[in-house]
Amino acid sequence: MLRIFPWFIGALAIFLGLYFSWMKTPLIIGLSYGFAALGVSILIRAGQVSFGHAGFTCMSGYAMVAALKIWPEIDGLILILISGLAGLIAGGIVGLFMMRYRGIFFGMLNLAMSMVLFSLLGKFYHVTGGTDGISFDRPKLLGQLLDRSNYETALLVLCAFFVVITCSLVQRFYASPTGQALIALKSNEVRLEYIGISAKKVFYKGYVASATLCGFAGGIFALVQGLVTPEMGYWVSSGEYVFIAVLGGTYHAVGAFIGAIGFTFLKLFAAAAMTGAWQLVIGSVLLVLIFVAPNGLVAWLRKFDRKTSHAQK
Amino acid sequence: MTSSLLLLVLFDGLTQAALLFLVALGLTLIFGVLRIINVAHGAVYAFGGYAAASVGTALVTGDSIGLSLLPILIGGISMGLLLGAIIEIGVIRRILAMDEVMQLLATFAVFLIMEDLQRFIWGTAPVSVGGAVDAMGSVTIANITYMSYQVIFLPISALIIYLALRWTLGHTRFGRQLVAVAHNREVASAMGINAKRIGLLTFCLGTVLGTLGGALASPTTTLVPGTGGDMMVLSFAVVAVAGLGQITGTIVAALLIGVAKALSVHLFPELDVVVPYLIMLLILLWRPQGLFAVTQSRRV
Repeated sequence: MLRIFPWFIGALAIFLGLYFSWMKTPLIIGLSYGFAALGVSILIRAGQVSFGHAGFTCMSGYAMVAALKIWPEIDGLILILISGLAGLIAGGIVGLFMMRYRGIFFGMLNLAMSMVLFSLLGKFYHVTGGTDGISFDRPKLLGQLLDRSNYETALLVLCAFFVVITCSLVQRFYASPTGQALIALKSNEVRLEYIGISAKKVFYKGYVASATLCGFAGGIFALVQGLVTPEMGYWVSSGEYVFIAVLGGTYHAVGAFIGAIGFTFLKLFAAAAMTGAWQLVIGSVLLVLIFVAPNGLVAWLRKFDRKTSHAQK
Repeated sequence: MTSSLLLLVLFDGLTQAALLFLVALGLTLIFGVLRIINVAHGAVYAFGGYAAASVGTALVTGDSIGLSLLPILIGGISMGLLLGAIIEIGVIRRILAMDEVMQLLATFAVFLIMEDLQRFIWGTAPVSVGGAVDAMGSVTIANITYMSYQVIFLPISALIIYLALRWTLGHTRFGRQLVAVAHNREVASAMGINAKRIGLLTFCLGTVLGTLGGALASPTTTLVPGTGGDMMVLSFAVVAVAGLGQITGTIVAALLIGVAKALSVHLFPELDVVVPYLIMLLILLWRPQGLFAVTQSRRV
């Protein structure tokens, strides 16, 4: 049942976006957060929390804008791939020293890295546009210059498509030896080394995968906004990724997207009913989740899954 | 670099180091006993500062030194005890058995909640009370005028608090029980120590150090939303550089980061925010457990 869930999420997002056209932008932003949260979930499966992965999202957004300024004719789809590549490269470099740290050291070093990026982007305004960021015109998407409404629809459909592909790729990664070793990293790193697997190498691979997903998210986020700002890399965004990952659960890749949809509705609700109390809302929900459902929403689906398979037997 | 600039940097760094030390001491003490890094500690610092400012404006502050320090002490300590008790009973003691990811997330959730509460209670406008700084006047060293509050009072208070803590840990019943629990919780419990009670008291002591740091900083800085997040990373940088749970090492780390920060403020103002992170990154690259940490064998 969990296998068809990515299709369901994609279809739900497209349906909601077409039926309520005002929901297109929040949904695309929500799904882009889902990709980043999926990156964070990979690390949570290894027992590590990063409070700085928004740094990768932000950096990739800027890299994408740089590419757009150099080749103004470039297609949106290629821009998204470029941002993913930027995430991959950045993760490959930063991961080289992050793979040595665990626990709070890991979380805080990631935070430090993203804060350095955040303040540098704000300070060097002649290159980065300072805290206002850089805005850009809508690029071509799928070979055509679209008006705002069609552009968003196309982007939403692309996102839904990416959700299905990414879920299947990440599930394959989870099932691979490296993916299995990542879980072992959480339960006992020393034993992992005893059976001849390098914990650092395994963690490095997971880290690069997570940074790539965040880069991907940064590209989509920047494309729908038409703007990149240092704010994208602020620690609050990193915290929101962690929130989504925990809300959805890390048992299956689709959890991040279930969490992302839940997060989008929670955000819309909070904006309408509790203006200015966003952090209070996600903080309280997070606390309740930790005590009531530490494995996230996807764990319930899994329970349901098991029951039906038992019934069939 | 001229010698007067060097002196300026040193005194500036000393002031920052004193405040950083107090806050980081709270963080490291809590970690030592409960094995939890309280991510909400930065928000605790901000609450302390705001509490001192509120008490200061509510009470009629006099011009004398004693009267201007009173709101700092009342505000800082009472807020610390209140927050400490609420957070420990409400969250910390319930997550002790959970795995590390959940512990981090729980205190992070507390941090998010406190950030918004702070905005509701004290608003977003900058708050500043300078009574104590004015009351203490200034001193002139090598033709530069410094505020006595910053160059004399703060470092000396930090030192006194450190010595008092050392004495408490070594010579009182509570202190020895605390050290025992920090060393091995199970064995300490088996010896009849009420580890739960020690946990509560330690957490309160840690938060009081955090709020007191904020309260002492309030006359010299302006409180704005976001103060908590910055302080969290700074104090964690100090604790990480020293090595988790290392009380005396924290002094060295606080001085290192305080002086480096002051140096960058005077020489490269653009890099002011980045320097503490860079130091943390460099030190941890060289010694992943921090400067003074004793290497522990990993459990299989």
